[in-house]
Amino acid sequence: MAKTDLLFYLSAFLFCSGLLIIFTKKNAIMILMGIELMLNAANLNLVLFNFQKTGMEGQFFALFVIIVAVCEAAVGIAIILKTYHYYHTSAIDQISDLKERP
Amino acid sequence: MQEIVLYIFMGASIAAVLVMILNRNIFYGALALLICLISLAGIYALLQAEFLAITQLLIYAGGVLVLLIFGIMLTNKISGKPVLTDSHNWFSGIIISTSLLGVLLFSFQQTEIMIAQSNLNTTRNINNIGIELMSTYAAPFELSGVLLLVCLIGAALTASSFKKKTNG
Repeated sequence: MAKTDLLFYLSAFLFCSGLLIIFTKKNAIMILMGIELMLNAANLNLVLFNFQKTGMEGQFFALFVIIVAVCEAAVGIAIILKTYHYYHTSAIDQISDLKERP
Repeated sequence: MQEIVLYIFMGASIAAVLVMILNRNIFYGALALLICLISLAGIYALLQAEFLAITQLLIYAGGVLVLLIFGIMLTNKISGKPVLTDSHNWFSGIIISTSLLGVLLFSFQQTEIMIAQSNLNTTRNINNIGIELMSTYAAPFELSGVLLLVCLIGAALTASSFKKKTNG
């Protein structure tokens, strides 16, 4: 079946472009978007393998991956808001000091 | 007919990802991520995972994207001009991601993926998902409930300005 092969290639492409977004963008929220894209690529892979088997284990694994991704996004947004209130920026290369500024 | 719809969804997701990579505006990036997630939900529905497709629409397109747009609005001073982001490390990023893509494509080509012949079984419906979620997968279900509660409290405590409230 040719179309499921194409979908495997699509999931690999989505994963690698999420990695490229994480490497190249400077804004922290854009990096969170890249992480969400990588998790979605993994989910697409799980659903594809589930489509080719008889059981339903892949769908349940993808469901729990979605739940954990939602938790990660909420906590990540909270941390980004807190660092924005402190440093007044959300560009990650300007957040470079750990200690409190004098 | 199904294959045409599948190709449309695949093309939409690839175009949305390219917009996310090449565009500098964060709002356009968020909207492109929304398009990508919706087309992935369509692909799930074509792959006999209807419950997962609806979950993807509700949680990602309804919840996570709204949260991300809230984050964009709260961390940027919006004054009519577009919210732009800079980019760096293009050389090393492109090298690493294209080499990983090459490895993945090569290994997918080399692997003979076994395909079960009984793709159209009738046990893969929403009734069955509910029954298995309450019997076989009961422990991860409860644990995910606890995880959501901990995440809710932790995010609220992290984002709130606790000291200012006690002072005032």
